[in-house]
This record gives sequence, structure tokens and C-alpha cells, in this order.
Amino acid sequence: MAKRVGIEVSLAIAETAKLANVDVVAAYPITPQTHIVEHLAQLVADGELDAAYIPVESEHSAMSACLGASAVGARTFTATAGQGLELMHEVLYIASSMRLPVVMVVVNRALSAPLSVWGDHSDVMAVRDTGWIQIFTENGQEVVDNLLGAFRIAEDQRVLLPVMIHLDGFHLSHMVEPLFLPEQSEVDQFIPPYYYPFPLNPDKPITMGAFAPPIIYSETKKAQEVNLEASKAVILQCWKDFGSFFKRYYSPVESYLSEDARVLLLTMGSFSETAMTAIDKMRKEGRDVGLLKLRLWRPFPFGEIRQAVKNAEVLIVLDRALSFGGPGGPVCSEIRSALYDEEKKPKVISFVGGLGGRDITVAGFEYIVNRGIEISQTGSEQEFEMFGVRE
Amino acid sequence: MEKYAIFVPRLVTKKETFAPGHRACIGCGEALAVRLVCKALGQNVIIVNATGCMEIVSSQLPYTSWRVPWIHTLFENTAAVASGIEAGLKVMTRKGKRTAQGVSVVAMAGDGGTSDIGLQALSGALERGHNFLYICFDNEAYMNTGIQRSSATPFGASTTTSPAGKMSIGQVTWKKNMPAIAAAHDIPYVATACPSYPFDLMAKVAKGIAISGPAYIHILSVCPTGWRCPPDLTIRIGRLAVETGIFPLYEVENGEYKLSFNFPQLRPVTDYMELQGRFRHLSEETIREIQHRVDKDYIKLTEKAV
Repeated sequence: MAKRVGIEVSLAIAETAKLANVDVVAAYPITPQTHIVEHLAQLVADGELDAAYIPVESEHSAMSACLGASAVGARTFTATAGQGLELMHEVLYIASSMRLPVVMVVVNRALSAPLSVWGDHSDVMAVRDTGWIQIFTENGQEVVDNLLGAFRIAEDQRVLLPVMIHLDGFHLSHMVEPLFLPEQSEVDQFIPPYYYPFPLNPDKPITMGAFAPPIIYSETKKAQEVNLEASKAVILQCWKDFGSFFKRYYSPVESYLSEDARVLLLTMGSFSETAMTAIDKMRKEGRDVGLLKLRLWRPFPFGEIRQAVKNAEVLIVLDRALSFGGPGGPVCSEIRSALYDEEKKPKVISFVGGLGGRDITVAGFEYIVNRGIEISQTGSEQEFEMFGVRE
Repeated sequence: MEKYAIFVPRLVTKKETFAPGHRACIGCGEALAVRLVCKALGQNVIIVNATGCMEIVSSQLPYTSWRVPWIHTLFENTAAVASGIEAGLKVMTRKGKRTAQGVSVVAMAGDGGTSDIGLQALSGALERGHNFLYICFDNEAYMNTGIQRSSATPFGASTTTSPAGKMSIGQVTWKKNMPAIAAAHDIPYVATACPSYPFDLMAKVAKGIAISGPAYIHILSVCPTGWRCPPDLTIRIGRLAVETGIFPLYEVENGEYKLSFNFPQLRPVTDYMELQGRFRHLSEETIREIQHRVDKDYIKLTEKAV
């Protein structure tokens, strides 16, 4: 049985990759991801993890080296953040389109300019459409658990897609938290040995990455979409199995005191922890509010979202990213669109806040809820509101 | 060379792993070079190809010209993908997850993919010391997209983005010395080659994959389409590039330069240039300037090759 340990979340991520016995790690240092890759390099240097650690010269090359390693059938891991994820951008599409199941931890960071090493979800939203399975996490235990699950999901023969695990920079990555690191034997039982069905191999030559003229390109994209949608069943099964095995349970949209609540707040990432405290406080005051936490970002959980909000009158969504000149929060805009055709749906209010590492306190969440209710009653034409910004 | 002189045709495999039926232009020097490279590589190889002419002519879905495992992902990351393959194979063999032994990893890219957009990834891979061979097929411009200049385009050449005109002689910069940049990484093997000298080319490729550590081979590939020359002159123009000293063939083994062919007397550059439309507009004065530079560079090279 696993023991509970106090460990920095970044180090726990490296330890989890070690438990998954990854073959290749290709990484480039960027704040706030550094502690993860430093610890992995040390594990390899100390002989605790038998892997090739490729200290590449950029994130573009980090993901490119991951493509190569994955294409010969190696279990491949990397981690990055903010600008690094942006530099990888075009390579991300290759991993998903060529069915290379790379697993990556993204320590969410704001995008320059001005330079900010602190957390928000601008980087996540910029890679929304790259075809990766994307999962948000809220605390250290969730990161460890979902990283373990990520290998199993990515490498499932029905999936073979890359997976991103998102966690907030500093607010989560640099916390020392008490968490359960599983035993090696448990991990070995939970993650089957990796078998890639079409590796580059001189004994059986294949061509990977041929170009597609218009007559066939659309079909390849359709196939990719069907594949990503179908991965959801495998993700749900994985979380179910994880629950029976480790007694910790995950689902695409998680709820906290949301049953029959008239007003719902929706958050993702580490902010959900503070939001829960705010909900507790408001519940004690007799307020009819609850919380939804978005875990599965891609494939988007349409059904679960509709189900979770169907009895609410107001849904307040807090995004940590801004779609400039657009609808404000990217997550909120997707939820609005998912609910548009519903007969019965809540009024959806968009807030953008917590940019570039700006914290939102319990009082902040109370304000957001109150202000959200106020906007819903006045029928304001405003598309979104930025929280806590000096004007 | 000596060992090849008599038995040459018998020594070369008839097996074509770069299959005919690809879509390269008539007289393509690069397709010929790839064919020769593949003969020298044999079948225990994984090829990583950058975006470019060779990728486009050989891999239209659902067809392929490749009878060896081949992967294309992007334009500028070929050396990085090769790094991942090399590291992946090594660690999986060590961990007993893969039994195949002695698989060569070969990265291929054009001059743009090598000396411009892919230079960073290449430098990184050479510095890290991966055991792989990188081959640059240099046709001296972005031919796949329509003859745009690259840093490998020679001085005075007219391309679609360095056009000759009333106010311009065409390309106004000198060709980037990519083999010297590769050699500056202190890797065990660097060589230049040209398909007009097929046996020299194949011997160098064989050497490049046999050596442990990174190897770099820079192959001049005549492009009749982009150089504005008749397609039946590909071989002759390649020879003239070498005989004029414009593209000398040499090796750098562990830092030591060795000329593959040394000519007591170089032919004048005009022998090479007058066959190509891309140099047609040049004045005698500019050609003199080019001749001067070629002579100077050749002397510098022969001095290194002592």
C-alpha cells in the first residue's frame, strides 16, 4: 500500500514518470516546468530510471524528438510551459495526426508580452485545437493520478493519441503537498507494457507522414476526429478502473455541492480549491450556490456539461485566459455554444481573471458569484467581465 | 576510389530502396543522389526526411517510393526527430524491448531545411553527439516552392526572391559554408559529394553510417528546373562544379581535411556558369569577382588539407 508523503508537486510528477518507466524524455527548461525535468535528469543520472534523457536545444526540438522516439515505439514523456508550448505548436499537430501517444505535462503559464512566468491558461487555450487529449488538474494528487492514467489512455490501442496534463504554474507546480505516490507494483499492474503497433522498423518498412492532396486530406481529418471522440469512452473506462484500483475517482465534469443549486460557478485547475472554500462559506450563509470543475477539456464533455447545468438558473464561468477581441473566456464561449440549443438552460455569465499569476481569493470568488447574479438579473449586454483589474 | 576503379558496377547493389515512379523533374540531380545514397545505406536503416522536394515527390498518400522505414514530420525539425529515433532505439535495445541491432538513422533535408530553417535543430543534434548521419541535398534554393533564394544560393544567381534586374545582380550574398559549420561541431565525419561522382558519393555515405557519432554529408544536387539548364546536362554540370573548384569534394575526418579530388589546374568558372540560365545576366566584372572568390576559397581549402 502506498504511503502518504510530503513532496513538491513537480518532483512528484518526475517520480510518477519514473514509476511509469518512461523510455525517452526530451525536454527544454522553462519556468515553471524546470523542477520536473531537473528531477528526471537526476533520476536518470542516478540510475533510478533507465531512460534516454535528451537535453534538446528548444521546445520545438523537444516535441520533435518525442515524435521520433514515439515512432520507434518508445514510451515518451516531456514537460513544458507557456512560451515553450507555443514554440511546440506546429509539432503538437503532428503528434496527434500521426497517432504518436506522447505524454506531456504542461505547467500552465501566461504568454508574453509583457513577459510573465506566472500561471494562467493562455497557453492551454492557444493549443486547444491541436488534437491532443487535454486534462485539467487541481492538486498534486490529481496530477499524479491523471499522469498515470495518461499513459494508459494514450497508449491504448483504440486511442494512440497524445495526452496533455495541465497544472497551474507555481500555484500548484511549486507546492509541497501531502499525496499518495503509488507503489511500483501497483503502477505495473495499472499501466500495461507499451506496444506500438506500427513502429519504424527495417524488418517491416512503413512510410509515415506522407503528404495528402485534396482528394484525401478531409478523410484523414475526419478519421482523426472520430478517433479523438472515441477516446472518451476509453478515458471514462480508465478513470473507472483507476477508481476501483486506487479508490480515487475522476470524471469529465466534477461537481461540488452543485446538486439542485440555482447558481453554479465553473472553474478549472487549482483555482477550484479556493472556489470550494468560497462555496462552503456561501452555503453556510444559506446561499443556493454550487461549483462545477472542468476536468476533461478535450474531447469536450458536451453531454456531461449539459447534464450538470440543466437545473441551474445562472452559470458563472471563470476563465484564466482572454480571447482578444472575441467572446472573452474561451471555456465560457464553448459552454455557451454547447448550451445554445438546449430548451432549458441557465443564463451564462463570463468572467476572465487570474491572469499572469494574479491570485483570486475566497472573497474574490464571492464577489464573482454576486456580480454574476447581478449581471444575470440586469440582462447586461456585456459579453464578459474582467475580474480584479485596475482601470 | 582505387578499390572501386575496376569492379565498380559489380560492387553496387541492384536493389533500389528508393523506388522508381516518384514525381521528380526530368534530370533531377537530387533524386539521383537519393537513389545512390539509398544503395549505399542498405536496408537496415530508418530515414527521416524534411519537408521539401524529395518528400513531396516520393510520398503522395497513398503511394510511397520508400522501401525502407521512412518518416516525414515537418520542415525544420529533421535532426531533432532523428535524435529521438536514435535515442529511442538505443534505450529500447538496452531495456530488451527491441531486438534489432545496428540500425542506421539517417536524416535528409534540402539546403533550406539544413542551412536556414533547420540549422538550430541540426546544431543541437550534432552537439549532443547522436549516432546518426545527416545528409543535406543542396540544390541551392527553395526549389520545391518555386526557386526562392536560400543562404546556400550562390552569389550572382537569379532566383524568384533574388531576381536579377536593373538594380540587382541577383543573389548578393555568398553561399553559406555549411560543411564548415558542421565541422566546427568537432564531429567525427564531414564530407561533400556530388552524384556526378557516384562511387565517391556512395563510399562517403557508407563511411558516414559506419562511424560512431554524428556524420554530415553535403551533396550538391544539380536542379535543371531551378538552375535553368538542360536536363541532360545534370551530370556534366555536377562535374564542372567540382572541376572549377566551385564545389570541391573533400572529407573532414576527426578534424583533418582531405581532398577527394585535387586538380592541378582548375577550369574557369565560366565553363560551369555559362550552361545555366540563372547566371546568364552576369557581367564580366561580376564573373571575375566570382572567379577571384572561388580561387581564394579553393586555396584556403587546400591549405587546410595539408
